Amino acid sequence: MKNRVVITGLGVVAPNGVGLDAFSKAIKNGHSGITHHQQLADLNFSCCIGGIPHISEDKKLEYLTPLQLRGFNSSGILYGCIAGIDAWKDAGFSITSDSKLDFDSGTVFGTGTSGVEKFREAIYKLDDGDVKRLGSTVVVQTMASGISAFLGGILGLGNQVTTNSSACTTGTEAILMGYQRIKNGQAKRMLVGSCSDDGPYIWGGFDAMRVMTYKHNESPEQGSRPMSASASGFVPGAGAGALVLESLESALERQATIYAEVLGGHMNSGGQREGGTMTAPNAEAVQRCITDAIANAQISAAAIDTINGHLTATSKDSLEIENWTKALQRKGDDFPYINSLKSMVGHCLAAAGSIEAVATVLQLKEQFVFPNINCEDVHPEISALISEEKIIKTALETELNIAVKASFGFGDVNACVIFKSYN
Amino acid sequence: MTNDELIAKLKTIVQPYIQDEAAFETLSEDTDFINDLKINSANLVDVILDVEDEFDIRIENEDMEKMTSVKAAMAIVTEKLAAQ
Repeated sequence: MKNRVVITGLGVVAPNGVGLDAFSKAIKNGHSGITHHQQLADLNFSCCIGGIPHISEDKKLEYLTPLQLRGFNSSGILYGCIAGIDAWKDAGFSITSDSKLDFDSGTVFGTGTSGVEKFREAIYKLDDGDVKRLGSTVVVQTMASGISAFLGGILGLGNQVTTNSSACTTGTEAILMGYQRIKNGQAKRMLVGSCSDDGPYIWGGFDAMRVMTYKHNESPEQGSRPMSASASGFVPGAGAGALVLESLESALERQATIYAEVLGGHMNSGGQREGGTMTAPNAEAVQRCITDAIANAQISAAAIDTINGHLTATSKDSLEIENWTKALQRKGDDFPYINSLKSMVGHCLAAAGSIEAVATVLQLKEQFVFPNINCEDVHPEISALISEEKIIKTALETELNIAVKASFGFGDVNACVIFKSYN
Repeated sequence: MTNDELIAKLKTIVQPYIQDEAAFETLSEDTDFINDLKINSANLVDVILDVEDEFDIRIENEDMEKMTSVKAAMAIVTEKLAAQ
C-alpha cells in the first residue's frame, strides 16, 4: 500500500511578493516584480532588468540569528530559509532551537549554485594570499547543500536532508523526490522546494548567451513576455518556493490544513539526442515526460483543468505549447487553461519550479487561474495551436480540480508534477 | 593597556559567538571559550580574525591552536603587541 501525499504548508519568496498573502494578492492582480537594476547596467549587461525579492534587514532577523547573519552573503540561502521556515510554520509546526529531533521529517531543497557572492568574496581573499582570513562561513554558504543544511538545523529534521540540482527543473524535481519518499513510506513529512541567488554573478552567463531580453531596459514590467509575439528572451529572477509534503495519514492525524494532493508525476531526460542539446529540449522526451506523469497520476489527459507551463519568453514557447498539445491530445478550445508565472516574476532559474508550484497549488486551494501579463499579442504559432481564451489575461475564478506544473532545464532534463484539489 | 581593558575588549569580541549568557556575564581570565561560553568550535577561527582586526596583529597557526580561553588570548595578544 503506497501512501497518499498531500500539501500542508506553503512558503514563498518571490520578486512580486514575499509571504503567501502578498504573493497570492500579487499573482491575482497580475502584479509584476521586475525592476531596473543599475548594477547590471554599470556592469555592461545587455539585460538590465530582473526580479529580486525585497527583504528588509529586520525581516532577516526574524528568520536567522545575528550569529548566522555574521559574514552572511548568500541571497539564495536567505530566500530558501524564509520560504522553508514559513512553509513549516504554515503547516502548523513550531520552530525552536531545542525542538525534538524528528526522524520522520526531512527535506529536499534544491539550488543551482549556492552563495555565488560569498564565493566571489572568498576568491578575492584567496587570490590575495589571505586564505587564513576567510573565516568559518565560506563552506556552509557555498556548498551546494548549504540551503538544506541550514533548514535541517533550523527545523531539527532527522530524515533525509539533501539538495538536488537540475538547472531550471530543480524545484519541480524536488517536489517529486520528496513525494516519492513519503509515498514509499520512508518519511512522513518532507519540506521540498528550491532557491536561487540573485544578481550579476548568477545571471551573467545567461546574459552572455544572449538569452535574456535587452529590449525592455526602459520598461521592466513589460519585459517578461511568455507566449507573446514580441517575446525577446527571458528576464532573470530569484527567490524561493517551499511546500510541506505529508502523508495523508499524518496530515489527518494532525488535523492539518490540506492545500491539495500530489497525485504523481514524472522526471526524464532527452539525453541531448534527436533535437535535444545542452540548452534545447528533445521534444519527444518532453511529451513523454508529460504523458508518463499523467499515467503515474492515474488520471486522463482530459481531466486536466489548468497548466502552469515552463514558458520562459524565449523562442521555445511555441515548441512547448506544441508539445503540450501533442502529449495531451488536446488543442484549440479543448486545451486546458495555461499560464506562466514568469510573466510577473521572470525566470527564477533553480527557484522557478518551486515558486511556480506554490502559485499552482494556491490556484487549486483558492479556485482561480492567475493571469498572464504582457501577452496581449499572443504569438501566432501559439494561437494556431490553442484557443486564445485559454491564455487567461485577467484573473479568472473558476472550478479547478487538476493542475499540472512542468519545468524543463539545461541538460535536456524535464519534470512534470500533477496536483489535485483536496476536499 | 591594563588587563581589565584587555578583558573588556575580548568580551566585546566574543559576544556574537557565545551561547551561554550566564558564563558570558561573569567572564573572567579563567573563562574557557568552548567549555564555558559554549562557542561553536567552527567559530573559534572567526573570534581569532576579529582579535586580529581589533589589535591589528596576525596570529599564526601555533598560537591559534592555544587560543581557547580568555587567559590564553590575553597572553598571545600581549606578546604580539609587545613585539610590535
